Amino acid sequence: MRASWLRWAIPAAVVPVLMLLAYGFKTNPHEIPSPLLDRPAAAFTLTTFGGSPVSLESLRGKVVMLNFWASWCRPACYEEAPTLERTWREYKDKGVMVVGVDIQDRAEAAQKFLAEFGHSFPNAPDPAGRVAVDYGVYGVPETFFIDRKGRVRFKQVGALTDEIARQRLDTLLKEPW
Amino acid sequence: MIRGLARALAILLLLAGACAPSRAVAAPVDEKTVHDVAAQLRCVVCQSLSVADSPSETASQMRGIIRERLAAGESPEQVRAYFVEKYGEWILLAPPKSGFNLLVWVVPFAGIGLGLVLVAIILRRWSRAAPASAPSVMDPALRERIRRELSELDKP
Amino acid sequence: MIPELGYGATVAALVLALWGASAAAVSARTGRLNLLHSGERAAIGVWVLITACIALMLYAFLTFDFSVRYVAFNTNRGTPFYYRITALWGALEGSIVLWAWMLSIYTLIVVVQYRRRQPELYPWVLSVMLGILAFFLLVMTIPAPPFERLSPIPPDGRGLNPLLEDSGMITHPVALYLGFTGFTVPFAFAVAALILRRTGEEWITITRRWTIIAWYFLSLGLLIGGWWSYHVLGWGGYWAWDPVENAAFMPWLTATAFLHSVMIQERRRMLKLWNLALIFLTFGLTLFGTFLTRSGIIGSVHSFTQGSIGIFFLGFLALVLLGSFSLLASRVGRLRAEGVLDSVVSRESMFLLNNLFLVAAAFTVFFGTVFPLLSEAVRGVKISVGAPFFNLVNIPIFLALLFLMGVGPLIAWRRASAENLKRNFLKPVLAGIVVAALMRALGVGNALVLTAIALVVFVAGTIALDLFRAVRARRRSGDGWPAATLGLLLRQNRRYGGFIVHLGILVVALGVAGSQAWSVQTEVTLQKGQTVDLAGYHVRFDGLSATEESNHAKVTGAFTLSNGRRGETVLLPGRKFYPQEQTPIAAVDYRLGFLEDVYLVLGDFSRDGSQATVKLQVNRMVSWLWLGGLVLTLGAALAILPEARRPA
Repeated sequence: MRASWLRWAIPAAVVPVLMLLAYGFKTNPHEIPSPLLDRPAAAFTLTTFGGSPVSLESLRGKVVMLNFWASWCRPACYEEAPTLERTWREYKDKGVMVVGVDIQDRAEAAQKFLAEFGHSFPNAPDPAGRVAVDYGVYGVPETFFIDRKGRVRFKQVGALTDEIARQRLDTLLKEPW
Repeated sequence: MIRGLARALAILLLLAGACAPSRAVAAPVDEKTVHDVAAQLRCVVCQSLSVADSPSETASQMRGIIRERLAAGESPEQVRAYFVEKYGEWILLAPPKSGFNLLVWVVPFAGIGLGLVLVAIILRRWSRAAPASAPSVMDPALRERIRRELSELDKP
Repeated sequence: MIPELGYGATVAALVLALWGASAAAVSARTGRLNLLHSGERAAIGVWVLITACIALMLYAFLTFDFSVRYVAFNTNRGTPFYYRITALWGALEGSIVLWAWMLSIYTLIVVVQYRRRQPELYPWVLSVMLGILAFFLLVMTIPAPPFERLSPIPPDGRGLNPLLEDSGMITHPVALYLGFTGFTVPFAFAVAALILRRTGEEWITITRRWTIIAWYFLSLGLLIGGWWSYHVLGWGGYWAWDPVENAAFMPWLTATAFLHSVMIQERRRMLKLWNLALIFLTFGLTLFGTFLTRSGIIGSVHSFTQGSIGIFFLGFLALVLLGSFSLLASRVGRLRAEGVLDSVVSRESMFLLNNLFLVAAAFTVFFGTVFPLLSEAVRGVKISVGAPFFNLVNIPIFLALLFLMGVGPLIAWRRASAENLKRNFLKPVLAGIVVAALMRALGVGNALVLTAIALVVFVAGTIALDLFRAVRARRRSGDGWPAATLGLLLRQNRRYGGFIVHLGILVVALGVAGSQAWSVQTEVTLQKGQTVDLAGYHVRFDGLSATEESNHAKVTGAFTLSNGRRGETVLLPGRKFYPQEQTPIAAVDYRLGFLEDVYLVLGDFSRDGSQATVKLQVNRMVSWLWLGGLVLTLGAALAILPEARRPA
């Protein structure tokens, strides 16, 4: 019979498909790499809950930890809130700025959140979601680490821990202006 | 000339109106264009829904941003490029027709083309086989050839 | 107590299933009947044990037994009664139990039906079915045990996913699984036939009804899924080409191809190899669908949790596909076509084209669904493949299939003469063109919709023509029109059942075409008392109210809808706030109509109830999808009736 091995083509064709599916185990469909890394961070000008303005331009020269949160974001935002305040207190005199951006939230709920954790760093609402989209935010919490030159260097998806915050900030603080 | 001037003036006024920070009435942007652009973007908090369809707040805000940018004069391609810049290629609901992504657009049609060719071959073989209405004795060589060709036919 | 009892029952069932599968297989090889009977008893035992598992689980749900982890994670004290029952299949572990239970019932039916009638094939069939059951029981034992104990016992549970507290979600998985598991039987018979080298039409004739019933439930499951998406998810659409929707659609496409190509094998003894490949592919795709939903490799609205379960499913999928196709490859010599064609213009070629397009559609959906994975593997870049792609590629295929639906049933076998073509198709073609021109004149501009309408009229015309001629011929024996029609339908129930199913598909096609082309929507923020107009409807925002339900808080907006003709209706879309969910869930309200639905989704609102954002949609022809489902049901029911005895 001519080319009797041809009949085994179909079972054989199944193999690459199975291999592709197996490869799928190594990937995480929910983890999407940010295209913003090592690129200039988008400028923003917001008004804090206290009424004062805060802009990225004015923070040039400092290392900025930009944190996106919401009061409805349980449990992650609640877990990381003490970390944010601790990190702020520890690093505020070392040339680091912590800014919180509250997305898709109500003013009363946000104020309650801030009061509960006693945040002393500036927090501002992002009314139309412009800043969130400018930073390619998928959900909350997400934290961006911006170096002194204004470039986004690290992105943390999910609750921030003290170690990660310290590690990132120390790395960026070591860099020259 | 007067008509041209009047038109230019009208456009200027319109643009002036659009640039003024107004909140009451929608900017002079075609809602259909907003919808079209939004339909090409993937809602980041839902699965598989477009920004146009998604009922989520994030999608609603994104539609607002699309509206704003179109009103500021950006073209739909520029608005799309903006979102790709912020979120990566992933945000486009259908991959751009270039490079590796061309594969996904081409392969299905190529497959159908190939399939049509295969069907044509099968049909010709089926109709070229000896007429079944003639139960008469067949030339053994012919019979052997038919048997061989039919068994090729059954291969994948 | 319950966790231990349930786990014990699961393990016992697994052991029995493995034993039964082996015993039946050995019996098949050696002819030892006592082993076969042992296998049958094992099958009964498996069914008893799985039923016991279900009973135990239901008992746990109904008594708020939070010592069972599955109960604690999927209900809480506020979950309404009936949802505590349906929560059984609301999450991963329970869905496997449901699948296994259905499979065990089908196995029992196979035992009862075929132990006397098919003594040769039956042992292998039993072995295969018990083997598949063993796999699902294995999953229930190791990666996804439903009876895990939770300790310490929490005071309250987490609660059911709010999106699942809906009638659609009660019926959708049941229908879908009845469809998926139903294909196990033709698969098992195909495997048995191949092993025994009984490569004739037997296995097809035996499993014909199974195939139609499984196909029907799969169709029903897909339509109910569309209905659930439409009235719960809050976006006003019924199909999003979500990976898991695709995963259920692919086996439906290949099953439809299979349904048709077996007719060629029955009549003309051709396509034997192809039919076996198709049923293997269909069964493989049902497993692939389950794998996709549970492995987490592709994010989707349905995705259950990850874990090692994906590996189990992939392994089993590999075993099934490689095993069945290798078996097929080894028996290729026995699968020659026995018939011939006289012309390319014939029913055989129409059926081949039908299969080509259906399988092409399945391939397209498959390729689009896994392409993001491929892109990541090759380029390291994550991309999305969504609705724009699937629509673009599949619409031409579906239009072609519509056309074939009209031509196929009436064109002659082997060779269609010009006379035959003219007689059967001239009038319907003309009718299609005329109606399309009429619609164009009436203002329908969309080319795709016009094509779809023309094709639908064409197909309906062919069916009507055939029916009319057949009834008229029958009347010559003296019956009146109604009696003649009924007699004809019953007498040739397969043919006319199929025609009615085709009619159902036509209705669905019209619904899809119309809703895509003619639906309109707008989104607007209204103050109290303000109105918005769309497509002749007038909607006024009347205010908000807040309520406390058993397990969630709800804010409802009152909107008065009027359009002058039907008087006023008050629609109450709301937003439900569940404590376990981060963002509110939309509770859509709508007024359904034959030709158009009015659909309201409540968006953001102000605390004092003075203003609210609302999305208003007027969706046209969507009801035709559900009506099409009804027609499908009638057609399928007719098709599976026992053949009428001669003489009528």
